[in-house]
Amino acid sequence: METGATGMSEPATLTIDINGFATRVWRKGSGPPMGFLAGYGGLPKWIPFLDRLAEQRTVIVPSLPGFPGGDRGHTVLDTHLDWVLAVRDLVDKAGLAGADLIGSSVGGSFAAEVAAIWPDKVRRLALIAPFGLYDASNPAADPWAQRADELAALMTARPETYKALKEVPAGANSVEWPIEQTRAAEAAARIFWPLGNTRLERRLPLIKAPTLLLWGEQDHLLPRSYADAIAAAIGGETEVRIIPGAAHLAELDRPDEVAAVILGFLG
Amino acid sequence: MKFLWFHLMPYKELPPDFKEKHRSVWVDIPATLFDPKRAHVMYNEFLDELEYAAECGFDAICCNEHHANGYGLMPSPNLIATALARRTTDAAICVLGNSIALYNPPTRVAEEFAMIDCISGGRLIAGFPVGTPMDTTFAYATNPSQLRERYYEAHDLILRAWTEKDVFSFNGRFNQQRYVNVWPRPIQEPHPPIWIPGAGSVETWRWAAQMDYVFCYLSYYGYKMAQTVMKGFWEEMARLGKDRNPYRAGFAQMVGVAESRSQALDLYTEAAEYFYGRCLHVDPRFAVPPGYVTEATQRAGIESQVKAAAEGKAPTGPTATAGAARMQSLVRDMRGIVDNGYLIIGSPDEVVEQLNELATTLNVGQLMLLLQFGNMPSETTKYNTRLFAEKVIPKLRPLFSQWKNRWWPKSLAQHQRAAAAE
Repeated sequence: METGATGMSEPATLTIDINGFATRVWRKGSGPPMGFLAGYGGLPKWIPFLDRLAEQRTVIVPSLPGFPGGDRGHTVLDTHLDWVLAVRDLVDKAGLAGADLIGSSVGGSFAAEVAAIWPDKVRRLALIAPFGLYDASNPAADPWAQRADELAALMTARPETYKALKEVPAGANSVEWPIEQTRAAEAAARIFWPLGNTRLERRLPLIKAPTLLLWGEQDHLLPRSYADAIAAAIGGETEVRIIPGAAHLAELDRPDEVAAVILGFLG
Repeated sequence: MKFLWFHLMPYKELPPDFKEKHRSVWVDIPATLFDPKRAHVMYNEFLDELEYAAECGFDAICCNEHHANGYGLMPSPNLIATALARRTTDAAICVLGNSIALYNPPTRVAEEFAMIDCISGGRLIAGFPVGTPMDTTFAYATNPSQLRERYYEAHDLILRAWTEKDVFSFNGRFNQQRYVNVWPRPIQEPHPPIWIPGAGSVETWRWAAQMDYVFCYLSYYGYKMAQTVMKGFWEEMARLGKDRNPYRAGFAQMVGVAESRSQALDLYTEAAEYFYGRCLHVDPRFAVPPGYVTEATQRAGIESQVKAAAEGKAPTGPTATAGAARMQSLVRDMRGIVDNGYLIIGSPDEVVEQLNELATTLNVGQLMLLLQFGNMPSETTKYNTRLFAEKVIPKLRPLFSQWKNRWWPKSLAQHQRAAAAE
């Protein structure tokens, strides 16, 4: 994958208020806006995938409550409705209402919710292996019950990619950094514990936006059959793309390919 | 000093190669290893042992709650406590306890504890643990991000249900009930003494102190390893302006007493190695679901590690990776088990000496004894119990006599008691 040397400049950082919590919004590039809601573990650092998108569009990345940049916003969200309303607020305040929306994993589930419940908020939708379903005959893995060295291998095809994203950078607070990473896993647990099942399937038929569904060929967290179930349930026109060499967080494993497919679809 | 006889009720026939063949004794232990016909015998022996301890003169008999656990066969400790209430007359019945966040509605605990208090004639000690991650978040699927909030709310609801005289509505964050009205009511006024089992969490110490509850450190690693935690507890009590009454604190210790140290080694080695080798084999995947350890405790743990690393020492503060993670680094052979102080063994006098050191260094007045552990045969358990009651208790009994134990059940006088069943 690309390293920081190839076009990795810092995005602009804005702060918005979500339920009283200061929430980070990254912004980079120019052209029509597109939003990205990050996956399991969130984004403690800017990633090459976002640079690829920013080369052609204005990329806006609001942090989900409790995820890196989202403070302790998850602690006031007790129900699914609380969560969905918080994400709606996030989309509005980040200036993403009516824009294209991309979501991965946990963030993909929220992107799908917003597109389903408030169809005017999303022009075109791109989902990378979203959470929200559970099939007992083909169970998803348990991301919260992993040995420390196994989680990275569950999230990415090359574990070092995920480890590098999560590693404390020079100059960062070495006490608060690991607490923030645990908080991201807790925030995901707060809505998706224990099975990842929010009955998203019931709302997928409400999605009318043209939708691109991407799935890592080696996703060992969410089985491929979930892609078929989601594609079949979505109300609008849906295109499915399998990304070779990628696991659950395909945007970390294959930033160039995933960005190119998404940019091509969004037009 | 108070002596409480504590049973974990371990399944006694895990195979010798359990640790090699299986990932965990807890959460995903195979159901095929459980033989209900053998459990019939075990449960009845365990109940006999608890009743025997009461006969021998222990102040209390204790049970606790675990789920999907090969070393703790009491998903419902209240069933055991009720059986014991019927078969004993004087010993306190200590349920340590009910994981109150797991009950829906939590008033179920208020009801069942009130029943036990009524049946036993006011002998109940009511334990309210948060519960381990294995029990609460994995076996019972409670959200780790909400567990503590649910725990505190359940506590408030149970307290109100016990103490308010009128029917009331409870409009909580997680629990809403239009009609809260607990029938039966507990005998003890205003309610049974409340004990809080916990570990090295500063918030738990503060809360227990603020509520004036007993804090119980239930460790399997013995009094030598517990010094740091209990020192932290008493420092926190001093900061909060609380006295050093040793009855504010409980501690669990495994003990094997015999005529001599070498006889104790003969008698207890197999059971101890069974317990540490097979029973405490817990997969670290289930150790720390995110949110279970509060951020304040994580921060304290990381800061103490950073400080210790800078000074070239082992960390001493509360750690963010307690419980099952710690179980991975246990010693599992008898020599290590004894040398590390997990298990106290010896002649009665040798045991007295070590327990005296335990009680005075930890400043603990409510001593919980694990005299059955692992696959210990019932006869050996009774021998250990009898010898401890006859030769150890009398010598330690006077400890802390200058302090008042305000946290002990106030049971009915003899003339108010129901006629004993025959």
